[in-house]
Amino acid sequence: MSFDLNFIGILIGAIMASSVPLILAASGELITERSGVLNLGVEGMMIIGAISGFALMVVTDNLFFAVIGSMFSGLIISLIFGLLTQSLLTNHVATGLALTIFGIGMSAMIGKNFVGIPGKEFPLLFLNLKESIPFLGPIFFGHSIILYFAFGLPFLTNYFLKKTKTGLIIRAVGDSPTSASNQGINVTLVRYSCILYGGAMCGLAGAYLSLIYTPQWIENMTGGRGWIALALVVFATWSPIKVLIGALIFGGITILQLHMQAVGLRIPVQLLSALPYIMTIIVLVVISRDSRKIKLNTPTSLGQIFYKEK
Amino acid sequence: MYKLFLRGLISVLFLLGLSINANADFKVGFVYVGPTGDHGWTYQHDEGRKAVEAAGIKTTYVESVPEGADAERVIRQLAQSGHDLIFTTSFGYMDPTNKVAKDFPNVKFEHATGYKREHSNVSTYSARFYEGRTLLGHMAGKMTKTNTIGYIASFPIPEVIRGINAMTLAAQKVNPDIKTKIVWVFTWYDPGKESEAAQALIDQGADIIMQHTDSTAPVQVAEKAGVWSFGQASDMQRFAPKSILTSIIDDWAPYYVERSIAARDGTWKQQDTWHGLKEGMVAMAPYNSAMGSDLVKEVEQLQKDLASGKAHSFTGPIYDQKGNILVAEGAVADDGMLAGMNVYVKGVEGDIPQ
Repeated sequence: MSFDLNFIGILIGAIMASSVPLILAASGELITERSGVLNLGVEGMMIIGAISGFALMVVTDNLFFAVIGSMFSGLIISLIFGLLTQSLLTNHVATGLALTIFGIGMSAMIGKNFVGIPGKEFPLLFLNLKESIPFLGPIFFGHSIILYFAFGLPFLTNYFLKKTKTGLIIRAVGDSPTSASNQGINVTLVRYSCILYGGAMCGLAGAYLSLIYTPQWIENMTGGRGWIALALVVFATWSPIKVLIGALIFGGITILQLHMQAVGLRIPVQLLSALPYIMTIIVLVVISRDSRKIKLNTPTSLGQIFYKEK
Repeated sequence: MYKLFLRGLISVLFLLGLSINANADFKVGFVYVGPTGDHGWTYQHDEGRKAVEAAGIKTTYVESVPEGADAERVIRQLAQSGHDLIFTTSFGYMDPTNKVAKDFPNVKFEHATGYKREHSNVSTYSARFYEGRTLLGHMAGKMTKTNTIGYIASFPIPEVIRGINAMTLAAQKVNPDIKTKIVWVFTWYDPGKESEAAQALIDQGADIIMQHTDSTAPVQVAEKAGVWSFGQASDMQRFAPKSILTSIIDDWAPYYVERSIAARDGTWKQQDTWHGLKEGMVAMAPYNSAMGSDLVKEVEQLQKDLASGKAHSFTGPIYDQKGNILVAEGAVADDGMLAGMNVYVKGVEGDIPQ
């Protein structure tokens, strides 16, 4: 066993790679929730993204189309959610759950023909730098473009929500749709856009799994990551940067506990397996103690149905 | 309005009655723990189901049924909807199967890999996967350069521990310096987690990856990292053509066909089946020529000896981790001991999760 610096670099690189789907899905869901819509269909949208990405990769043999297509199909399936909750005013929670069940079943059906086909190599950037620079190389280089995008996304989201007019509108809609509507904002349109954006990001998160992380299609391959992303948004008190921290802690402890097992540390394995969940919650609760900030960030109208009285 | 409702109700009840009558045909139900598309454990059970179907017997299956309360509900539903024989294909279905069997004395139940037969209509069956593990251990011991074997384990049940022990004993025999590193993932099927476990083991110096989980993810990680691996439950060769040395294949089809026909013809009797290489319930995929023809020959010979009974996976002397003797010199472990195995043999690192 080696604990040299380069090994730690490789470890950190692996941790970053494992947290990408969580960051993408949680960042997307965060925007949706900030507009006051609670979409529990994250898992369903992710798995649809995973199968569409993989299927398109097989059919077109083009990874670019596969990635774009996965985002598009995530968007389409979230449109169903949008139609139901925004136009037909159905309950958010029930519709979201239905979306997840639908997504898992639908993906399994489409996926029947794609089981057992090996995936394609996804290009990794700066591979030579990864090898030549010790420690920092494996951390910063040799990743897929989607990873770099994922790590930039929380900062962009933060800036977008805090500093741009559109971000302000989204927050206004999430806090008080009635006031926003009285100001002349088209609440339904804003919420639709946020739902679609969230869908596209979840689709991309799924594609990351089926195209890059475990390049193949297997039923149920998201394995509950959508639910963890959902929980992350809440425990991070709707702050994009805390989502990033939470995802890294979760990914980090997941990987570290496997290493601790492999090294043969005499800690009960059940405790090690529960550790990612426990630690993520503890850390996020501790760093988000400020109740004033929580109030500021929590979308007050989350999950409530809004309709404009005529 | 009320009359209309009543009429509707009556016709529904009538149709329901019809459908119950239609269930008079002999039907076999299967309960799977994973999706049929896992290309591992459940996939092989479904191949067995297809063989039953091909033999002219109607079958249904329910896939991805979690072990626990849900399982009981699904098994009960199958029993209620007129299935005459029900195969429950995961260890965690053991108690639910026996519970439902009590309430349906006319339905036959077959539980895979368990040991509880609390009612006369419950049989158990399993395969001696550990014989395959012995072959894997032999190859691993010869092929490893780092003397470190990485093992992805699912749940601490006798079947999994038996596999770890059988593999370690065989590997030690050909290479006394080997170390077995074990990672417990507490799932039968989670491709992401399984590949993270494989990667962690490789990063910790393992150059052989073995799995007791059901997805093809670990062999793909091994292929990418350029280390050796073994497929589980079905031939996973095409997922990692360079890396896979062989796969342990579970062949349930002959057993499923035989038992289904017996149940249909009324000759079904309660039994406990434990078949291995000899009967073909455990088979080996073609050996990878990359390990050299000498080693292939050696392994093929060992496979023959295990099948004929000339060799046994658990031949004494076998010691536990503390050095207490488990099986005396020259003796072999009996089936009772194998079935309840809950200690590591000497040479395995770490503790079994309790």
